[in-house]
Amino acid sequence: MSAAAATVTDTRIPLRGHLRHTGALMRRNLLWIRQDPESMMDAVMMPIVFTLLFVYVFGGSVGQALGGGHDEYVQYVIPGMIAMMSMTLSQGVGTGFCQDFNSGVMDRFRSLPIGRGSVLIAKVAVEITRMIFAMTVLMIVAVLVGFDIDNWGGMFASVGLSVVFASSIMWGFLTLGVIMKEAQAVQQTGFLILIPLQFGSSIFAPTSSMPDWLQTFTDYNPLSTLADTARGLMIGGPVAHDLWVTVAWSVAITAVMAPVAIHKFRTKN
Amino acid sequence: MTRIDKNATVAVSVRGLVKHYGATKALDGVDLEVREGTVMGVLGPNGAGKTTLVRILSTLITPDSGQASVAGYDVVRQPRQTRRVIGLTGQYASVDEKLSGWENLYMIGRLLDLPRKEARSRADALLERFSLTEAAKRPANTYSGGMRRRLDLAASMIGRPEVLFLDEPTTGLDPHTRNEVWDEVKAMVGDGVTVLLTTQYMEEAEQLASELTVVDHGKVIAGGAIDELKAKVGGRTLRVRPTDPLQLRPLADILDKQGITGLAATTVDSESGTVLVPILSDEQLTAVVGTVTARGITLSSISTELPSLDEVFLSLTGHRASAPQDAVPTEPEEAAV
Ligand SMILES: Nc1ncnc2c1ncn2[C@@H]1O[C@H](COP(=O)(O)OP(=O)(O)OP(=O)(O)O)[C@@H](O)[C@H]1O
Ligand SMILES: [Mg+2]
Repeated sequence: MSAAAATVTDTRIPLRGHLRHTGALMRRNLLWIRQDPESMMDAVMMPIVFTLLFVYVFGGSVGQALGGGHDEYVQYVIPGMIAMMSMTLSQGVGTGFCQDFNSGVMDRFRSLPIGRGSVLIAKVAVEITRMIFAMTVLMIVAVLVGFDIDNWGGMFASVGLSVVFASSIMWGFLTLGVIMKEAQAVQQTGFLILIPLQFGSSIFAPTSSMPDWLQTFTDYNPLSTLADTARGLMIGGPVAHDLWVTVAWSVAITAVMAPVAIHKFRTKN
Repeated sequence: MTRIDKNATVAVSVRGLVKHYGATKALDGVDLEVREGTVMGVLGPNGAGKTTLVRILSTLITPDSGQASVAGYDVVRQPRQTRRVIGLTGQYASVDEKLSGWENLYMIGRLLDLPRKEARSRADALLERFSLTEAAKRPANTYSGGMRRRLDLAASMIGRPEVLFLDEPTTGLDPHTRNEVWDEVKAMVGDGVTVLLTTQYMEEAEQLASELTVVDHGKVIAGGAIDELKAKVGGRTLRVRPTDPLQLRPLADILDKQGITGLAATTVDSESGTVLVPILSDEQLTAVVGTVTARGITLSSISTELPSLDEVFLSLTGHRASAPQDAVPTEPEEAAV
């Protein structure tokens, strides 16, 4: 075979090549789901469990505070759930990737003449598919517990925006997955980031009763602005400020974390 | 950039390669050369630096200093060119456990830019060749150790590599499976692939390699053609079992007194009922057999054994191979290269 060897001169990978590689790796991640359907459990169960939990546990009391009852709370919390799902489900990316990294197959990928970003992009792409699936489940549950979708366009826009935001934070969690050694540590760190962002936000309840310093935080917390944008889009009200803050966060996080993740992946020893 | 030396018949060249992990000198100035179309065995105990060497040569990590080239490409400055001409079978299974054998090979074919149709037929052909056709559709995590190894080898052959790196291809396999893997490796060598393989077994090196580099503590402690090294370390041991155990002692005495040229003293291993005769050449082996026959002693078995890694080390360095460190793979700690 060595006789057939021609000198390799052009090493740049054309765009088509990148797409082909990413496609082959996406196929791998999708086959995993087929092989192990239980891995979709979180995408199915999380929207169901959290929606039922918040609607039936807090629905009455928070609804009252909102000047209504259970029904008012459903209208309030479902857009919040969209924001929450984007964060909670993205968090698993890092854990999964860390486990994947500890298997020898990553060595093989890294010894192949492919752009190393493809491995990460494929992972993000498949997670986005999962996310869309989970959002669909969420909207079905939402309707079942009495959520009125008045504005379908607004709903699709909300889901779309939360998927965009999710894909940006996935790069952050992927970076954790690449640089940390233990999947468990990735998960714990993920929770430390996730919990304050989720609870220090307008996802579950209006922020007006929070102390001032916390309100300043929640005003720029992307999960608040994402939830408030979704409320505006689906129910009505001003969206511009929240929308721009959310978009700015998404762009900024992707612009910083995607190159960091790819760089760390490329140079990991 | 073009190849450093396109016409060279040297497929792998390593000069002064150094890689330290904190205080651990994984590689501490390694030199070696593998000629095109040959098999180089890198022999060393746990922690000798074998995997580190293979990982540098396959562009997974970069050395602290020194130079390495594969098929004429500098592995540090031309990693992408290097990746086009190498195949790698790592020490720890580098196949996707959740995918079937076929899907693994198809995926790698696509990653190597084969058109769909060709990726498919290549996957089929390699599964056939590595006797995995029946298991083609099953997830790899249902494979036996030997099947996984064969799948791993098949995966590294998809790109028709010029140079193949095999890191301890048979460690942990039973003798039968080990033989199967050896046959596969020999077949690949028959195709003209240059192979650098690491091993902890003298026997494996003898089976597959034409040349040997012995490493310990990140340093090359001996190298050369297998035969030369064997001569250095005392060659093989002949194990002769007389049918009648009472003949054990007389047999040993006869061989000691026969005066076969250069034959070292025999040892009696009464536990197994055999006489051990260190031999350096085929002539000595023939002479021993001739002597036994001439004296009319009947034998129930006769076999030759290669020196163990430990014996190789003992005779090369005067000390035993470094005590095995944690055999479990320690996951790379620091990043930043
Ligand atoms: N990423 C790393 N971080 C820290 N130390 C490392 C790292 N990789 C290897 N080492 C150390 O470098 C030395 C050489 O390791 P290497 O894996 O190359 O040995 P080896 O010859 O392949 O051993 P084995 O036969 O056990 O596979 C060992 O002491 C090992 O602990
Ligand atoms: Mg090793």
